[in-house]
Amino acid sequence: MRATTRTYWRLLVAGFRRQSAYLLAAFGGLVANTTFGLLKVVLLFATVEAAGGELQGYDVALMSTYIWVSQGLLGSVNLFGRIDIAERIKDGDVAVDFLRPLDVQGAAITTEVGKSLFALIPRGIPSFLIGLVAVGMAAPDSPLAYPLGAVSILLGIVLASATVYLLVAAPGFWLVETRGLQILYMAVSGFLAGLYVPIWLFPGWLEAIAEATPFPSMLMYPVDIVSGRADVGESLLLIAVQVGWLAGVVLLGQLLTRAGRHHLEVQGG
Amino acid sequence: MADLTVTGSRLRPYRAVLASRARSQTSYRASFALDLLSSLLIGVIELVEVWILFHNVVELGGLEFEHVLLVFGIAELCFCLADVSFGHCDQLPTYLRAGTLDVFYLRPQPLLLQLVTSEISLRRLARAAVAATALVVALVVNEIAWGPADVLLLVVALASGYATFAAMFVWAAGMQFFLIEGAETTNAFVYGGRYAATQPASVWSRPLWAVFGFFFPMAFTAFLPALTLLGLDDVVGLPGWAGWCAPLAAVWTWLLALGSWHIGVRHYQGGGG
Repeated sequence: MRATTRTYWRLLVAGFRRQSAYLLAAFGGLVANTTFGLLKVVLLFATVEAAGGELQGYDVALMSTYIWVSQGLLGSVNLFGRIDIAERIKDGDVAVDFLRPLDVQGAAITTEVGKSLFALIPRGIPSFLIGLVAVGMAAPDSPLAYPLGAVSILLGIVLASATVYLLVAAPGFWLVETRGLQILYMAVSGFLAGLYVPIWLFPGWLEAIAEATPFPSMLMYPVDIVSGRADVGESLLLIAVQVGWLAGVVLLGQLLTRAGRHHLEVQGG
Repeated sequence: MADLTVTGSRLRPYRAVLASRARSQTSYRASFALDLLSSLLIGVIELVEVWILFHNVVELGGLEFEHVLLVFGIAELCFCLADVSFGHCDQLPTYLRAGTLDVFYLRPQPLLLQLVTSEISLRRLARAAVAATALVVALVVNEIAWGPADVLLLVVALASGYATFAAMFVWAAGMQFFLIEGAETTNAFVYGGRYAATQPASVWSRPLWAVFGFFFPMAFTAFLPALTLLGLDDVVGLPGWAGWCAPLAAVWTWLLALGSWHIGVRHYQGGGG
């Protein structure tokens, strides 16, 4: 058990360190985050002001927190649908992974989470700070929002990787080309996760659709918790929802991986 | 006549290449259908994002939903068509990293034309169809006192907007020779520019006007021509003829683009093959 834990820890660290080689890419991401953040600020602030200064519980300060925390998490929460293991499933290298004394799904997700955690340093925290200095933000009422928010952000990051594994990578055992799935995931996930507009601004029916998917658990709920939009009781409930989605997604991913292993055909010799 | 034949034979290689690219994309039918569906969905979601704001408020920056729908329709249609034809420039960093750009130098065609024609993304036409629908609906629901000048303005705006976005892709491609891994830096302005172009620019701050109003002239692709068409000149402090300056904006962006491309190509040292 201890040996297994140490192996996954090393995979996590390896993912973290590998991402540190791409600092220029992270800088590019930060420039993009900031530009989109500033454009969202003017549009969403104008919307709040047009609504009379308060809209679905958002004033401009809380809207600012929503914008900059969500922009900051963009480099870490996988809403793009790209995952390294998808390429290995496509070209058959995954056959080698199955020979290793490690769970293929667990190892793939752990490596992705390591990469995501690193991205918080060059992209996540600076985006947040730029927003804080340039625009200003609301602080949560309870200091408990920070530790709860940290747990929720971590859950969101793991859930996003696990969902990409389930919806984009694992179907690759049956389909050869999963690029279409990746684009479909990218189109839907960001929107339903509340990346462009908070899902609380959606009309009721659309909000209900979003809440019936795991996507708000990746971004919207962590942002709500860390910004203090959700109080402590609501935060605990949202975290429970995140844990539920994570358990379901991991379980389904595990079942698909086992079925896929039997189905796996390696093309070529 | 002789001239036409010469032009025709010069264009033939490009036509052959483009036709083969188009055929190759449609050959995997299931995958292509999924691509089309995703592209359609992206277009619809872009539109829904704008609509959600107007589900909450009546007016943004002095514009109502049907006005912004016109801005969205023009900007999104121009961007999508530019993306179909020039979006492949985004792949340049992949060629640079793999060293495969050098192959292009072996062929007797200009580098930029080869890059542009090396792929056209047919699936992106589905997203353009959403934009075209939005534009047609906007033209019907808005009260525009149509005269010959208004028709001309719409045509000029569409052509200039297309040219402006195409130039943005080329500008970004030129920068990639220096950025390589940092490709997302230019995405901030190409895709951020698309986002900016669909917004009512009357809500922008001065710094945003400097960046997306004039330097990358996104406000000239759709917002300012739409204001002139709608007769809503008073929402920004610019004169009513500002919408007619869209071609100037396109020329300016192409100057930026060709400058960036020439400096980039000159900087390129080859892949070491």
